[in-house]
Amino acid sequence: MKKLLLAALLLISSVAFAAPQYGGVLVFGRSGDSTTMDPSHATDGESFYAASAVYDNLVQFKYGTTEIEPALAESWTVSEDGLEYIFKLRKGVKFAKTKYFKKDSEFTSKDVVFSFKRQFDENHPYNKVGGAFKYWSAMSMSDIVEDVIAVDKYTVKITLKKPEAPFIANLAMEFAMILSADYADELAKKGDQEEIGRKPVGTGPFVFQKWTKDDKITFEANKEHWNGRPYVDKLIFKVITNNSVRAAELKAGSIHIMDFPNPAEVADLESDPKIKLVKQEGLNVGWLAFNNEKKPFDNVLVRRAIRHAINTEGIVNSVYEGLGKVAVNPIPPTMWSYNSDLKGYEYNPEKAKELLKEAGFENGFETNIWAMPVARPYNPNGRKVAEAIQADLAKVGIRANIVSYDWGTYLKRSSMGEHDMVLIGWTGDNGDPDNFLNVLLSAHAAAEKPAQNRAFWKNAEFTKLIDEAKVTTVVEKRTQLYKEAQLIFEQEAPVHPIAHSIVVAPMLEKVQGFKLDPVGKRRFKDVWIEK
Amino acid sequence: MLGYTIKRLLWAIPTLLGVSIIVFSMMHLAPGDPALVMLGEHASKESVDALREQMGLNKPLIEQYILFLTNTLQGNFGTSTISGEPVLYEFLERFPATIELSLVALTFATIVGLFAGILSAVKRYSVFDYAAMSTALAGVSMPVFWLGLMLIYLFSVELGWLPVSGRLGYEFDIDHVTGLFLVDSLIAQDYEAFWDALKHLILPAIALGTIPMAIIARMTRASMIEVMKEDYVRTARAKGCTKMQVILIHALKNALMPVITVIGLMLGTLFAGSILTETTFSWPGIGKWLVNAVNQRDFPIIQSTTLIIATMFVAVNLIVDLLYALVNPKVRLG
Repeated sequence: MKKLLLAALLLISSVAFAAPQYGGVLVFGRSGDSTTMDPSHATDGESFYAASAVYDNLVQFKYGTTEIEPALAESWTVSEDGLEYIFKLRKGVKFAKTKYFKKDSEFTSKDVVFSFKRQFDENHPYNKVGGAFKYWSAMSMSDIVEDVIAVDKYTVKITLKKPEAPFIANLAMEFAMILSADYADELAKKGDQEEIGRKPVGTGPFVFQKWTKDDKITFEANKEHWNGRPYVDKLIFKVITNNSVRAAELKAGSIHIMDFPNPAEVADLESDPKIKLVKQEGLNVGWLAFNNEKKPFDNVLVRRAIRHAINTEGIVNSVYEGLGKVAVNPIPPTMWSYNSDLKGYEYNPEKAKELLKEAGFENGFETNIWAMPVARPYNPNGRKVAEAIQADLAKVGIRANIVSYDWGTYLKRSSMGEHDMVLIGWTGDNGDPDNFLNVLLSAHAAAEKPAQNRAFWKNAEFTKLIDEAKVTTVVEKRTQLYKEAQLIFEQEAPVHPIAHSIVVAPMLEKVQGFKLDPVGKRRFKDVWIEK
Repeated sequence: MLGYTIKRLLWAIPTLLGVSIIVFSMMHLAPGDPALVMLGEHASKESVDALREQMGLNKPLIEQYILFLTNTLQGNFGTSTISGEPVLYEFLERFPATIELSLVALTFATIVGLFAGILSAVKRYSVFDYAAMSTALAGVSMPVFWLGLMLIYLFSVELGWLPVSGRLGYEFDIDHVTGLFLVDSLIAQDYEAFWDALKHLILPAIALGTIPMAIIARMTRASMIEVMKEDYVRTARAKGCTKMQVILIHALKNALMPVITVIGLMLGTLFAGSILTETTFSWPGIGKWLVNAVNQRDFPIIQSTTLIIATMFVAVNLIVDLLYALVNPKVRLG
């Protein structure tokens, strides 16, 4: 026993105190290629991965969390009315020199102005380069931002049209990364503006070397990075489309980390002694939304009854193949302000029957469940989930028919409120609770059709809390408000949360320090390889 | 001959027009608003409208088609909606990879197919004949992606002899002159890179070349058996030629005629097969790129690339036909 204890202690200490080692080449096997190196135009995760290597933001997510911390901006202050943000920039940060950009260029306020203004100022020379700024529009930034002004070399002022607390989280997203104004000027002089999306110049932890389309992107460590150099010397993103082939590459040891394994192959990978898994709940939620506008779902007793009638754990175990976590709240547990005091509704068909009786539906009723036709990150198989719910509801006397359409039609008709109950969900954009609670459940999101609030739940009390949190910039205060909102959500049961998916990254045992970011980023600065 | 050539060239026009109409309408008749599908749950009314506008989906279908056609005729193949890059630029960046793989696969298919076919014909009903022909039958019936995965498991994961996927190990970096890595590595005199590129080619070339190889083998066998019965072969034997002389000089030359036509047309099959092979082996060519574009509903890429491939297909057919007419007057006069 003593020996065992000693061995355990030794093991713990060796893990805890193993000093990170520098050097080596890290190969990351991923399922698709980047589409562009200009993050303001990208909408896909693969492009964002590469952008995270090359560029920095003013603020960033603390590695592995949704909390915001300073990055290129050393600090910031918000005016009393929440309409003026002043950012103090980090001094002495340099843009990386490459074969195609040799200028000694310091990061200053002009780069911030360039990176943001071109996305909303139609007269900006880079406004028409590379197509639409899709994320800027998707995050409604033009409704939020009034202007971006360089106060002096190291100070930037951003004025807003309305108070908007989640704005700061938007600045940590890829579309708000900082590009070099000097480089853009140099390209413009040569008439090569398009190159900005092909050969990036940034201040990030890695320096871009070469991009062979659909094959690989090579980066070198930025030894001058303001936050310390990355541990590895070289980083390679390798595209391996087929999930099984990617797993084979990992087993063969020709890549170090793989993205998105087939759920069915995870157990096999885990059994390989050379391979370990890093897991984390994704920033998503899959749920069954009740149409609160329709009878009998306007009755809270019916909604509660259904929440008791569904065996959620059974569904998650059978459909998610171990890669799901039963959801209780409308936001994932990795998100700040998650209310861990709430426990959800236990599976209890008897209680469900009692509630139905109380609501006047002793003999149940007939209804429909819409099942999504495609696999989504938060729900790998809509049809199977619908069938399981159908069976559970039958046990309490509710007769549900399963309905499905092609994905486009499904989204459209459910946003018009044609369903009784619909399986749907959400993947977060910026790690801010507003991005779930406001966008999906507030009365604003159900004010007109087509609506994002597919529960068509218009609770004044809930919406008031969300609105207040949106204009409060103090994180503690916002946390409190969101926790209260989740309590109302639990009592009112507008939707039945099913699961948050679990993201798995299999990697070689010798790879250390890798964390999965809840916001879906892949960052490699703090990753090192054991020799 | 000139009249025949012009006639055939004119015939290619309706074919290509037909292809363009089919490609265009298939993409647009597929269920679901592409803008809505691209945005998914995040689609708000404003963002869908904006995206439809940007993708040019607001115009009437016929107008969209005419615009697509006129642009294509002017050599403007459009811009990818996903990456914002010109389609032609993206196409040309990936095309050499597909060419290299197809050529190596065709070489493999031709050499092995001819050899097996001749040997089977000469040693008809022998053990070798049966073995070769059943292998050929299995080859034709095997799905490319399955064969690919099996080859990977056997030769890369279990035996560790060959790389799993890709075109070149990450430790190599060669300048892209022709885009064909076997050629580029020789130009750079980097023999290690050449060897590595060759190793990366073996499995995908086998996977892609197996079906053509099987077809060539069966075709050669049948054609050889036919020719061996001819009078001139008997005459050759009678005048005392050795067996080798009879087979290689008198029989094979004539037997090869139909086989060569098939090999020419096989290039089209190879392009089609490359879509599956490239996806399995992460081969950075146009096949994989096209699959990706279909998944993301990148209309400009799908439309233009399908049209480019169809044009090449028609061109190859045309050349084969013209060559045929050149050697066989019956065709052009008939």
